[in-house]
Amino acid sequence: MTTQTPKKLRAGKARGSLLAKTFIYVILSLTVITIIYPIWWIVVGALNPSNGLYAASIIPKGLTLEHFIYLFTQTDYAIWFKNTLYIAVWNTIISTVLVITAAYAMSRFRFKGRKYGLLTLMILQGFPSFMGMIAMFTLLQQLTWFGPHGLLNSLWGLIIIYAGGSIPFNVWMIKGYFDSLPKSLEEAAKIDGASNTKIFFKVMLPLAKPMIAFVAVTHFIGPWMDYIFPSIVLTTSNKFTLAMGLYSMVTGEQNTQFSTFAAGAVLVALPISILFLLFQKQMTEGLTAGANKG
Amino acid sequence: MKQSTKAAWLSVIFMGLGQLYNRQFIKGIILFIIEAYALIFDLLPFCHSMKGLVTLGTHTQHQDGWTIVPGDDSINLMLIGIINIIIFGIFAWVYVLNARDAYKNGQLRDQGKKPNNFKETLKFLSGNGFPYVLLTPSLVITLFITMLPLLFGIMLAFTNYSSPNHLPPKNLVQWTGFQAFTQLFSMKGWSSTFVGVFTWTIVWTILSTLTCYFVGLLFAVFINTQGIRFKSFWRGIFILPWAIPQFVSILIMHDMFNEDLGPINQYLHMLHLPMVPWFSNPLAAKALLVVVNIWFGFPYWTMLMSGIMTSVNQEMYEAADVDGASPFYKFRKITLPVVLFSTAPLLIMSFAANFNNFNVIYLLTQGAPANSDYMYAGSTDILISWIYNMTLNVGQYNMASVVSLLIFIVISIVTAWNLLRSRAFREEDMMS
Repeated sequence: MTTQTPKKLRAGKARGSLLAKTFIYVILSLTVITIIYPIWWIVVGALNPSNGLYAASIIPKGLTLEHFIYLFTQTDYAIWFKNTLYIAVWNTIISTVLVITAAYAMSRFRFKGRKYGLLTLMILQGFPSFMGMIAMFTLLQQLTWFGPHGLLNSLWGLIIIYAGGSIPFNVWMIKGYFDSLPKSLEEAAKIDGASNTKIFFKVMLPLAKPMIAFVAVTHFIGPWMDYIFPSIVLTTSNKFTLAMGLYSMVTGEQNTQFSTFAAGAVLVALPISILFLLFQKQMTEGLTAGANKG
Repeated sequence: MKQSTKAAWLSVIFMGLGQLYNRQFIKGIILFIIEAYALIFDLLPFCHSMKGLVTLGTHTQHQDGWTIVPGDDSINLMLIGIINIIIFGIFAWVYVLNARDAYKNGQLRDQGKKPNNFKETLKFLSGNGFPYVLLTPSLVITLFITMLPLLFGIMLAFTNYSSPNHLPPKNLVQWTGFQAFTQLFSMKGWSSTFVGVFTWTIVWTILSTLTCYFVGLLFAVFINTQGIRFKSFWRGIFILPWAIPQFVSILIMHDMFNEDLGPINQYLHMLHLPMVPWFSNPLAAKALLVVVNIWFGFPYWTMLMSGIMTSVNQEMYEAADVDGASPFYKFRKITLPVVLFSTAPLLIMSFAANFNNFNVIYLLTQGAPANSDYMYAGSTDILISWIYNMTLNVGQYNMASVVSLLIFIVISIVTAWNLLRSRAFREEDMMS
């Protein structure tokens, strides 16, 4: 009896698991198709010689780069790309510096106002920064010493909004990371007579490199994806970001613009996706690290 | 009178006097100049701006023959008023610090010690002031980019700033107290829109978050099931929707589900099935949003959870094996609790993100289909896209602010609740 039961069980288990495994493989494969299909469809749309949405098919009728050429010669796509890159680079630099310095101060120093500062940040991060849309719109308009329309329809207006909006949430997250670094490090450096500035630059920053990379990448990717802020700040096509430009293509005459949109979409998605996949590990780790502390 | 009290009172009377009395000449002179400058150059504009903030302008724009005489710009006045209040707050804070500094150095002198000279002060600042130096840039930006708009938004909720009759510079805006609030809750068009949009926002938040979460969990379990091969292949594919910029995939979906020409309806047509009116039937549009959102959302959870699952201590499973636990039992008692526990904070964040998921709604349906019972909102609009519409398209600024304010109140209650029960708050060191 005692020897038989496990045997029977194992046989039953094997049969059951075979069935379960087949089931899982079927589900996984179906999901893969669902995931691949839209991607495949848009790539084919970009490379297919015909133009309209109706003509878009799963099997390409031929390969052509005409839509890409059209994109760069007949639309503002190159300008949009340049604008977005400009915003992304400056946003990365400014936001990363702001977030890292503030988070470091909040994590490693005990000073008056720290508690209230942290609480304020906690409350501020809870609500989306575009709730002040009207105010930002008016505020940017009032900064007239930068030009007749203030910072409205200017890339820098957008950069400032991004930098401000990123502070509350990211400071909390990065603070959590700094908290996890051992205190003994800077104590040792202090005994050696190192100044605060030196400790910050020579001891703490090198240790925080993975976190800095994470912050930098998220801030670099952000402007490529965002639609709401550019649509508030930027008004003319020569200042558009890619998100706005592509949206204007989709809502325009769909049938004729579809393949141009497809080509544009492929060109945006490619570099961002590659960047994302490269930093995927850090992104996940950064997220979980921040969450565990939160 | 003790020297400390004297110095403090002197500094209260005029900034810097106490410091001069304490023989800290350079610091005293700097503080003295700051106040003198503020009194000479800023006092009048400050009073003026406060008056503007209270009245919101008195002169309406009018025509004098052929020329248009500009009146007061109420919104501009309000903004300048708020900026002045913030600057005044900073100034008041410096004033308090100045008096306290005078008092402390006076105390030193009471004890017969010599207060720091300027060089020593600078040195002290570079040591103890370091965190403040680090924080200043972020503080300034947060004040003006986050706090200022927030204050401004709150104030707008108590005005009648809206199209068509109260739009500067042509007209003036007035303070109207709670009028906009009562309008939102008691006027038929507004209240039904608010209730309808709010309900759908809640339904959307819960559905979109939970579907992504559980579909993500399901696939994490599938991929990590023992004996399933090509794990990295599945993972590699599943990560794609997460890697592709979301707005791009939303726009792709927008075209795919096009009612007449999109491939989905074309296939249905080929199979002799009825074509689905994805964007003109409210229910179909809502279902489409939730389903399409799974496509974007589940890979994030799958990746996260399968990372957590592989990091679960193997000894626990071995111990369970020894006890003869079934795979399902092991999953329910070991894997699931670990995964749920580690993802709980992220799940709450995800609720908040979906509550304000502007991109999916606006780029996919733009709130369509139109709803004739609603004021400036479509059937699939959530609160945030409704606010966006009211702000950028139809100029209902005061109502947009009222709704924003209500969202803000809800979100801060949730945040406070979340904060109170979170580990971070209880850990003494975090907040001490």
